Amino acid sequence: MSIDISTVERTAELSKLYLSEDEKKEFAGQLSDILEYVEKINTLDTSGVQPTDHIIPNVNVFREDEVGQSLTHDELKLNAPEFDRGHFVVPKIIE
Amino acid sequence: MDLEAVIGLEVHAQLNTKTKIFCGCPTGFGSESNTQVCPVCTGMPGVLPVLNKEVLQKTILAGHALDCKIANYSVFDRKNYFYPDLPKAYQISQFDKPICIGGTVSIVADGNPRDIKLTRIHMEEDAGKNIHSSDISNPVSYVDYNRTGVPLMEIVSEPDMHSGEEAFQYLMNLRKILRYINVSDCNMEEGSFRCDVNISLRPRGESKLGEKVEVKNMNSFKAVKAAIEHEIKRQTIMIEDKERIKQETRLWNPDKSTTESMRSKEEAHDYRYFPDPDLAPISVTDEQIEAMRAELPELPIQKLIRFKDEYALSDLDAETLCSSRSLADYFEQVVSTGIDAKKAANWIANELLSFVENIEQMQNFKVTHEMMTELLQLIDSSVISGKIAKTVLGRMVETGNSPKKIVEDEGLTQVTDTGAIEAMVDEVLKANPEIVDEIKNGKDKAKGFLVGQVMKAAKGKANPQMVNKILAKKLS
Ligand SMILES: [Zn+2]
Repeated sequence: MSIDISTVERTAELSKLYLSEDEKKEFAGQLSDILEYVEKINTLDTSGVQPTDHIIPNVNVFREDEVGQSLTHDELKLNAPEFDRGHFVVPKIIE
Repeated sequence: MDLEAVIGLEVHAQLNTKTKIFCGCPTGFGSESNTQVCPVCTGMPGVLPVLNKEVLQKTILAGHALDCKIANYSVFDRKNYFYPDLPKAYQISQFDKPICIGGTVSIVADGNPRDIKLTRIHMEEDAGKNIHSSDISNPVSYVDYNRTGVPLMEIVSEPDMHSGEEAFQYLMNLRKILRYINVSDCNMEEGSFRCDVNISLRPRGESKLGEKVEVKNMNSFKAVKAAIEHEIKRQTIMIEDKERIKQETRLWNPDKSTTESMRSKEEAHDYRYFPDPDLAPISVTDEQIEAMRAELPELPIQKLIRFKDEYALSDLDAETLCSSRSLADYFEQVVSTGIDAKKAANWIANELLSFVENIEQMQNFKVTHEMMTELLQLIDSSVISGKIAKTVLGRMVETGNSPKKIVEDEGLTQVTDTGAIEAMVDEVLKANPEIVDEIKNGKDKAKGFLVGQVMKAAKGKANPQMVNKILAKKLS
């Protein structure tokens, strides 16, 4: 499977990445190589194999509905680029 | 052209758990911004979300109440998109293995009973809330993550409705059921019940669906109905004018009663769902599923049938009393003391409800079912008349005092003393000789006036049956 430039552009857009024309060409080649390598898996017969939803064979991990500790504004601020009057501040979302 | 509207609804109902879906933060409404957040719900690196057991149980209960098939195996997935109200840049939701599949909501719209089909119900986390600064010199948005991670059920209907009224009835019945089984408060103002509409038009008889428009931002069931009716008109005109309907998201504008295009950049979403490796799949056996079905309380439709049957109530009284579980419980608590069911139904459904603002909160109402019972017993034992009882009920609502105390304090006890009533009747007869003559000349209707005069003299406290009897005796 080969990845073309427009697929690289779409993938970058979804990931909020900004690539130069040279980078697009470079990644198109690299992504094609990776997919080609992984494609080997398609030669295996998986008709009797369940899809893997989870790598650990474990189900039903629950917690009780009990209130725990939330963070204070002072603690939250430590991980926020900007925090003002109890709110995280981000660049304006809509015009 | 004869066009038919095809409508599907997506409802997000907040589960009324104490804590969020994957962490121990509380879910209370109206708290100070960013005080109910922790590393898990703000998406800090290295944290591990763990499913709240109550969320699963309540969703399965809802699935049973709505006649869904409960999946034996269910998985959480990541729905990827960038938005500041979503700190992880993905929402934990369910994609191809939801917990509940299919289901129905029965409705009656415009006189026609119908079963509206459901596609699925899945569990997911809510996003946060953005406030946009209106200051041009400071173009920022403020984000509050209190809602982030609040547990939701997304209830998706099939494109199975055809009018605003059907959608309205669907929402009314769905909300009633979710409240009955106590899984959601379903409060639209507080955001614990939200509804998006998908609507398209097609020539009647055509099986292919037309181009679909999504409508959001309705804050009441009436607004949902109005938005659908508006959208049917708008799309009909476009089709008649041979304009192409664009697949898009529109927002309901309640001030103008119209829908408006969101004008967002039309970048098609690609959510790239994949199983969330942080969360173990859910596995429930048929036995566990059946055991949970047994926990289902009586549903509105079952209660309605039983009330009509067991208490011989009118359709209207039964429907009013069954409109909320707490009201129905209130009624049954009164009736369990031996009060006549029809009398209790009339007093609760008609008199009491005129004082009640929110029947969902009947259990916290100042006039408890014990007080209501006491009031009806006072009527039964002729201590007060029905008319005085209405006055007493009004005072009970105002003061929260017991009816016995109100009757005593305000001297409202009914006069049943024959001598006292006879004296009042004599007074009235003496004061109205011309009326007495009219009655003696056969104008029987004038009796009512005399009864009224006696009751007035007794300040409403005379026993009306006795007044009638004594008056009849004296006039004969
Ligand atoms: Zn949290």
